[in-house]
Amino acid sequence: MSGQSRREARRGLAYSAPMGLWFTIFFVLPLTIILIYSFLKRGLYGGVTGEFSLVAYQQMFNPSFGRIVLRTIWISIVSTFGCFVFALPAGYAMARSKHQTLLLFLIIIPFWTNSLIRIYAWISILSREGFLNQMLMKLGIINEGLQMIYTQGSVILVLIYMFVPFAVLPLFTTIDKFDFSLLDAARDLGATKLQALVKVLFPQIRGGMVTALIFTFIPIFGSYTVPLLVGGKDSTMIGNIIVDQVNKTRNWPLAAAFSVVLTFLSMIGVLWMLSSNRHSEKLNAASKLQDTTQQGVEKRVHLHHQDDGGKA
Amino acid sequence: MNLSSSHRVHRINERRWFSTSNIILGLTITFLFLPLFVVVLYSFNDSKGMAWTQPSLRWYRDLFFSSPALWKAFYNSAVVALTSGLTATILGALAAIGIKWNRFRGKAYIATISYLPMVLPEVIIGISMLIFFSWIRMPLGMFTIYVAHTTFNLPFVFLLVGARLDEFDYSTIEAARDLGASETQTLWKVVVPSIMPGILSGFLMSVTMSLEDFVITFFVSGPGSGTLPLYVYSMIRYGVSPVINALSFVMIVGTMLLAWVFRRFLKTIAANS
Repeated sequence: MSGQSRREARRGLAYSAPMGLWFTIFFVLPLTIILIYSFLKRGLYGGVTGEFSLVAYQQMFNPSFGRIVLRTIWISIVSTFGCFVFALPAGYAMARSKHQTLLLFLIIIPFWTNSLIRIYAWISILSREGFLNQMLMKLGIINEGLQMIYTQGSVILVLIYMFVPFAVLPLFTTIDKFDFSLLDAARDLGATKLQALVKVLFPQIRGGMVTALIFTFIPIFGSYTVPLLVGGKDSTMIGNIIVDQVNKTRNWPLAAAFSVVLTFLSMIGVLWMLSSNRHSEKLNAASKLQDTTQQGVEKRVHLHHQDDGGKA
Repeated sequence: MNLSSSHRVHRINERRWFSTSNIILGLTITFLFLPLFVVVLYSFNDSKGMAWTQPSLRWYRDLFFSSPALWKAFYNSAVVALTSGLTATILGALAAIGIKWNRFRGKAYIATISYLPMVLPEVIIGISMLIFFSWIRMPLGMFTIYVAHTTFNLPFVFLLVGARLDEFDYSTIEAARDLGASETQTLWKVVVPSIMPGILSGFLMSVTMSLEDFVITFFVSGPGSGTLPLYVYSMIRYGVSPVINALSFVMIVGTMLLAWVFRRFLKTIAANS
């Protein structure tokens, strides 16, 4: 037994040490450096000095940054909500459809298309001489181009666009594993359509919902390119502060402090996701057990009927 | 009898193709494709501005015959995508095999840490890599891009191969070992062939992610090591040229071909992305 487990340990380590080492050097170590830098004093021309300091964390609460933090939270909540409004029904419809491969295709193609190209496409739609303004003018609805780009609205729209697939895909895969006859059963027992969805479907797909939430909210919260390219002064986000602090202001400790906070937020998200996926797995296993029991009962009833038929 | 037929009617009613969820799915897909159609349409427009003049292929001529910097960037992208994709696939697949079936010290650490790069905002991965490379005084260039891309690709391979291993019967491996196969023989003749779909979709995912990444690459690239997304970014930032529209069409077609070739794995990829 102990020889067996020693062999297991040796084998496990031999296979997974290369990846473990890679992550330790190129991921854990850089994050540790970031953590250390956030507690140091900034250098004169970028970089840091060896002195301990909490200035970076104090600067985070500076009102001008505070406003950007609040705005980032606001934009992220609205965009994540927007993604869900599309993604939950879409994922459900995909799971119930007979044409799943085709639909996956249609979701994945824009998702795989280069993100900068997709942002650029929105620039050419929303800009003053862009597609939308031209269409509206041709139809006689407006006389001169509207200012649609470089606003908070355009940032939210494009963020929803970029992250909808991140919500659709996990929702689709969890709903796909759901046994839809349970919904029929709930309806037969007198539940309304909405009650059946909220009380039967939602608890079963909780893991997928949390995964979708994490996969949309966190990248939106840390987004940089979208506010940079389609946003204006009223839509700078935390990602933009971090990059500016590294490249322009050269205040590395402040950039590091913001990164530390974002990292912690993401870690909490991951832990939540892992625990609720485990929870859903348990629920799914329970419903599968129920299924087999039900099938057993049905089979017995069926046999019984046949028996009756034989006698008659 | 009566009960079951009413049941069936009820079910058919629920599957009406014009139900609310189907309409929203249709809207979502239209929403996702509309911008792509707009760029493709304008790529055939003769004028430099947004007003439609007449159909023309001049931007395609520019793209293919007079954009050497763009093709250099594409070459860089391809080199990084293939090398980092290959490294991530080998390391990630091995780790998934090791972790799935064995108990050992450090397993929890590796399993947990392998999720993080996937969910951490890209800006943070980029910044931490930049600060790390500057700390070890490694000059930025193709090698640093390769390292960064391998790091953010590893979790996807690890997950996709792991998902495939879940469906695989471990007793087959025990049988191979009992029959006297060595560790390498078991790996190459039993494990690898049966998880090939997972390995291929991991590699495909890596290549796509690497070709697509802008933010992380932006931080860790040096002079002369620009990738295609970086080139596209500079085109958007400093004077838009309709060549970008033509490039978009080529890239959309490329994406569709890639998705078509790997259509067998779409569901596995969806499950883990």
